Amino acid sequence: MLNKIIKNRLSLTGLGLIVLLFCVAVLAPVIAPYRADAQHLPRRLANPGHEFLLGTDDLGRDTLSRMVYGVRISLSVGFVAVGISVLIGTVLGLISGFFGGWVDTVVMRAVDIMLCFPTFFLILLVIAFLEPSIYNVMIVIGLTSWPGLTRLVRAEVLSLRERDYILAAKLLGLGNLRIFFVHLLPNVISPIIVSATLGVGDAILTESGLSFLGLGVQPPTASWGQMLSSGKEYIYLAWWLTLFPGVAILLTVLSFNLLGEGLRDILDPRSNAGK
Amino acid sequence: MRTYILKRLSYSIPILIGITLITFLVMHLAPGKPTEMLTDMNARVSADAKTKLAALYGLDKPWYVQYARWLGRFAVLDFGKSFRDGRPAVAKIAERLPASLLLNILSLLLILAAAVPIGIFSALHKDSIFDKATTVFVFIGFSVPAFWLALLFMILFGLKFGVLPISGLHSLDYSGMSVPGKLLDVASHLILPVFISAFTGLAGLSRYVRSSMLEVLRQDYIRTAYAKGLPENRIIFRHALKNALLPVVTILGLSLPALIGGGFIFETIFAYPGMGRLGYEAVMARDYPVVMAVGVIAAFLTLLGNLVADITYAWVDPRIRYK
Repeated sequence: MLNKIIKNRLSLTGLGLIVLLFCVAVLAPVIAPYRADAQHLPRRLANPGHEFLLGTDDLGRDTLSRMVYGVRISLSVGFVAVGISVLIGTVLGLISGFFGGWVDTVVMRAVDIMLCFPTFFLILLVIAFLEPSIYNVMIVIGLTSWPGLTRLVRAEVLSLRERDYILAAKLLGLGNLRIFFVHLLPNVISPIIVSATLGVGDAILTESGLSFLGLGVQPPTASWGQMLSSGKEYIYLAWWLTLFPGVAILLTVLSFNLLGEGLRDILDPRSNAGK
Repeated sequence: MRTYILKRLSYSIPILIGITLITFLVMHLAPGKPTEMLTDMNARVSADAKTKLAALYGLDKPWYVQYARWLGRFAVLDFGKSFRDGRPAVAKIAERLPASLLLNILSLLLILAAAVPIGIFSALHKDSIFDKATTVFVFIGFSVPAFWLALLFMILFGLKFGVLPISGLHSLDYSGMSVPGKLLDVASHLILPVFISAFTGLAGLSRYVRSSMLEVLRQDYIRTAYAKGLPENRIIFRHALKNALLPVVTILGLSLPALIGGGFIFETIFAYPGMGRLGYEAVMARDYPVVMAVGVIAAFLTLLGNLVADITYAWVDPRIRYK
């Protein structure tokens, strides 16, 4: 499988970038020239230069350092949010597809209802009512992105349900739980992985949007969206405050999207093999 | 077919109710009643007056009673008056809805006009430089935070080059303009938002068209057409295209709800008078009637979009029709 990823240009680039991001996140204290909250008041709104590679913000904090620490925020929000939605979505999709009947109806109605809200509006509603913080952001994004996954999982389970090996397992008297984990899950996992990867990118975009509005990560924590928000006050004076965090978001989301699309090309048996 | 439509419609009603219930519940989880929003900063308002105010709006009743009352009024399509300025919620929405629709429909048209040809061309010339280049281009559009791009473009075009206006839908001297002047004015205000909105939305559709086209091109009937010696153009436009575009129709239907809701960060940056901002401001001000109204419209459009997508798909694809 790793072999295939390497052969596929898209996913390779994506994966490479992601690995890089992970290293940055883990090694943040080593890489960042300054601390994220260190203020250098005499050098506020400094141009990018020797001392501060990407300039400083209105409180004299080094943009580069804040961006480096921001990787941690983005990655953790992305993964936790997707983790939550994968958990909920997979479980619901499995039981809905497998058991059918009224369970299925109830779950699918719930999915329909959730999908009816413009997602952002929903997130907004919820966040506005819980105090904005990074944890609430993670939870809320997770709680609003499971419907798509549920549908996917359910569709897969529906097609797998009638396969012989499942029927055989049932006949052998294997418990449902075992069928789920041993037989169904491994086959359902491909679309889940693709969806999850793309979902991380999406979650990061959403988090940056929310932080931009002040509803997500609060200052002084350095989230890229939040940096953009405070940077927009100084947009004419300090263009670097707007440019660099945005580029960071772009590259991060791009890498997850590339990996996700690449994985989709690899894992989907129906599409043309690789590129 | 008719029974199908009726069945779908009958599903839609409970879903609509469900949505209103959820919206209402979440709203009421909020700390802070709207009356508090109005009176908080005013030290002269006594506690007694606050209670009376709350009672006036029926806000002191438990949430299910409030919901039941809302539901009753909803049944006669009475959305009540906004808590902020007392104007009917429907009037506020009617003001903003056309602007949102304008922006999103134009954006959708632009996406269609660009994504379909790109998708088709990419499929036909798979793995060519064009394919690879457009893939990258489209991916970037998909990955970029729209509000950031908006900011950048605003600086670039609005300030540096001073070419395009950067806020609102009308210039200050709008009312004094001639008709063509007005049209041009609105158009110039729309260029940036529409363009950015389209750029970020392009990826999804063009990839979809591309893979749909690729799938169609592998089919036997296409191979037969080639074997028969039909000219390439004929094969592509008459045979392949029709089949490849079927799923696109579904997607179009599904993007109906996006016509009003999604772009509100966008609208905030451009100070664009749209529904997104209306919803946001209403939520922040705990303006329940307006929030509920916006929520209902969003839900309604989604359900409508899904229904239209399904029906159109069934109608356009003869295979389904005759099942």
